[in-house]
Amino acid sequence: MVLMLRNQELLSKIATSNGHGEDSPYFDGWKAYDSDPFHPTQNPEGVIQMGLAENQLCFNLIHEWLLKNPEASICTAQGAAEFRDIAIFQDYHGLAEFREAVAKFMGKVRRNRASFDPDRIVMSGGATGAHEMIAFCLADPGDAFLVPTPYYPGFDRDLRWRTGVKLIPVVCESSNDYQITIEALEAAYETAQEADIKVKGLLIPNPSNPLGTIITKDTLEALVTFTNHKNIHLVCDEIYAATVFSQPEFTSIAEIIEEDKICCNRDLIHIIYSLSKDMGFPGFRVGIVYSYNDAVVSCARKMSSFGLVSSQTQYLIASMLADDEFVDQFIVESRKRLAMRHSFFTQRLAQVGINCLKSNAGLFVWMDLRRLLKEQTFEAEMVLWRVIINEIKLNVSPGSSFHCSEPGWFRVCFANMDDKTMEIALSRIKTFMLQHKEAMVPKKKLCWQTSLRLSFSSRYEDIMETPGSFMSPHSPIPQSPLVRART
Amino acid sequence: ALDTLMVGKLTTESLFILLAILTGLSNGSLENQLCFDLIEKWVKKNPNASICTALEGVENFKHIANFQDYHGLKEFRQEVAKLMGKARGGRVTFDPERIVMSGGATGASETIMFCLADPGDAFLVPTPYYPAFNRDLRWRTGVQIIPVQCSSSNNFTVTREAVEAAYQKAQEANINVKGLIITNPSNPLGTTLDSQTLQSLVIFVNDKTIHLVCDEIYAATVFSSPEFVSIAEIIQEIDVNRDLIHILYSLSKDMGLPGFRVGIVYSYNDVVLSCGRRMSSFGLVSSQTQYFLATLLSDDEFVDYFLRESSKRLARRHHKLTRGLEQVGIKCLKSNAGLFVWMDLRRLLEDPTSFDAEMKLWRTIVNDVKLNVSPGSSFHVAEPGWFRVCFANMDEF
Repeated sequence: MVLMLRNQELLSKIATSNGHGEDSPYFDGWKAYDSDPFHPTQNPEGVIQMGLAENQLCFNLIHEWLLKNPEASICTAQGAAEFRDIAIFQDYHGLAEFREAVAKFMGKVRRNRASFDPDRIVMSGGATGAHEMIAFCLADPGDAFLVPTPYYPGFDRDLRWRTGVKLIPVVCESSNDYQITIEALEAAYETAQEADIKVKGLLIPNPSNPLGTIITKDTLEALVTFTNHKNIHLVCDEIYAATVFSQPEFTSIAEIIEEDKICCNRDLIHIIYSLSKDMGFPGFRVGIVYSYNDAVVSCARKMSSFGLVSSQTQYLIASMLADDEFVDQFIVESRKRLAMRHSFFTQRLAQVGINCLKSNAGLFVWMDLRRLLKEQTFEAEMVLWRVIINEIKLNVSPGSSFHCSEPGWFRVCFANMDDKTMEIALSRIKTFMLQHKEAMVPKKKLCWQTSLRLSFSSRYEDIMETPGSFMSPHSPIPQSPLVRART
Repeated sequence: ALDTLMVGKLTTESLFILLAILTGLSNGSLENQLCFDLIEKWVKKNPNASICTALEGVENFKHIANFQDYHGLKEFRQEVAKLMGKARGGRVTFDPERIVMSGGATGASETIMFCLADPGDAFLVPTPYYPAFNRDLRWRTGVQIIPVQCSSSNNFTVTREAVEAAYQKAQEANINVKGLIITNPSNPLGTTLDSQTLQSLVIFVNDKTIHLVCDEIYAATVFSSPEFVSIAEIIQEIDVNRDLIHILYSLSKDMGLPGFRVGIVYSYNDVVLSCGRRMSSFGLVSSQTQYFLATLLSDDEFVDYFLRESSKRLARRHHKLTRGLEQVGIKCLKSNAGLFVWMDLRRLLEDPTSFDAEMKLWRTIVNDVKLNVSPGSSFHVAEPGWFRVCFANMDEF
């Protein structure tokens, strides 16, 4: 107690608060993994990491490119002549080649339906640094950003911790596939108004983490209209842009801006980008703030001094992304492999009775385990989560850590392991589902097979509350004759 | 050697043209470029240091590219800790578990402020000090800087008395002083603090239970006596609350690698460590760079040679510059470290008490003579007429 008091006087409030957000269960799972990590030969019973949204499917392409392009590194015989100039380069504008290559890459990822100005590319310490930086630029302590739920847990730290900015959730629900509605936006905005909190902007991750879905063009236009009308900022986190692996097509906010169809003050539009997900390079800390607001670009550029990209890395990325042929091939192949992995994973899950939200992007699926809950509460979700970690030995992330409004959803990552490990993970899931089949059915009175099997002792509430495994979560619950008879 | 009488008759302009010829001074960027040949040679001989090289390195690419753990690569921390020890003559060792990354020295300064102080709190900073402290320590943190004025009368040495006086004044103005930040070796002075001074400062902060942040980013640029004394050595000698002691480090000056953004926060306070580590997510060192440096620094023979050679070349360059300046009658503060000298041009000022006169002189030097030096006022020095000149930012010729 004395020590705690002492620390509170001795250190900053930031240091002694838990604004870093690491007490969230999102990070607990990582700890479980860290203490007992799976390894195919050394620790085959260990916890398999499915809580880390990494993209590890295309490293062989990168390897090939590196071997063919030794001059891309300042540490090879071919590249060492550049070592000195690069090692002393600390200009916060960043290497021109780097910015040009990144701008070009961003365009290609958006199928060239938008183009990006290299002079608006500002570096930051990863996406983490980019989010914090944009919050510092746009808001004062006490101001707020609206964020649709469920959202990436790191936002609590990145946007709020050192900035003093608040986050106000815009609640989205599974009943309409978590689409952001104007009603929900207005409700969140109202909440802020009533609490006398100044809303400075809306942050929309698109594609979404954890959902893996994209925002439709219509919705995007509606969001632009909403923010424009309220004169608040629209920050689009597009760090998963290149992970869109199937229809519908991804629409970037940049396209909306360039189309110039709807009324919009460009000074309110900002994009967060990174190479951590699209390229699979989280270690390289390449974060980008791209703003259409000149004052923000200027301020952010000065702030980037606190988290510039290593010039060694800028140089490598500049080389790699300037290779048009390679980039085009990479983008196509990455999409293909993600699509395959996603399809394989979701099909196998469906076979054991687990459904996921229909998704076409991201490195994860949003798994529906609501009917495995003893009751529809977050406590029950935590109980189930601990079972998944400790018994099934998989690190997945519970929906509550994403501020999801409904218990029972889990984010499961699929792109950070090889096929063999994926197979092991799936077999563990299958074993668990088979074991718990008996435990579940009497309670939920649900059907495992595709044919509808009704029990006369089934309760109305059970049927109405829990969609069966034979239905996709986003289709309406079919009215069974039994139910119809009762109503 | 020029006749000093003749020197008195030279215009400022011709004085500096002469100076430029004598010393080969060019731009004023504050970099250590004297030893790149050594590093380039090493790089060519050690392809395994890069994750991009055939056979040796590329096998590690995937693991490194994925590595974003804010603890940092273990090997990286171990080697940086070892380097820090070597730069202090092996007189003290550093614990790799206390090494926290940050976005360059810039990020390190800001991070330590976020950990130690709230908006409105203050840190004492002896003048003259590095201009960007105004941004790094204050901008996004809301922390105030209270300058502790040091004067040429005692070679700008920071004294306990001066710090005490500044502290008292702050107390009276109801400002909450959270600590003292000292840059040792000093930028822009190029001097190092002696053991006695350091001890008195440590005792001071301990008495007042405020923090002592020691920016030691120029530690390995000490090129002549007196020997460098690190705060890490002092706390081994005297009993002090270690929770108050923190070191800032970087490879930008000692190794000449500012582009690589290697900042380090080293704290003896476990809570600060933990907090700093979490904050490092906002400015981690690129894993590609961590890997390269871990390999480079693990080559003991190379590092020892590099440190010796760097010292030697800095000494030579420093000597050449100060001799050249002497020959035109310009004195510099006696210094034994850093990549610059603190030049005394007071007698060239039209009005020795005026900072306007200093700016006028500066404009002449920069515009007419095309020599980039930094005016003392930008370092918040109390007396006009002093200028910082860099000497390590181009190769040997």
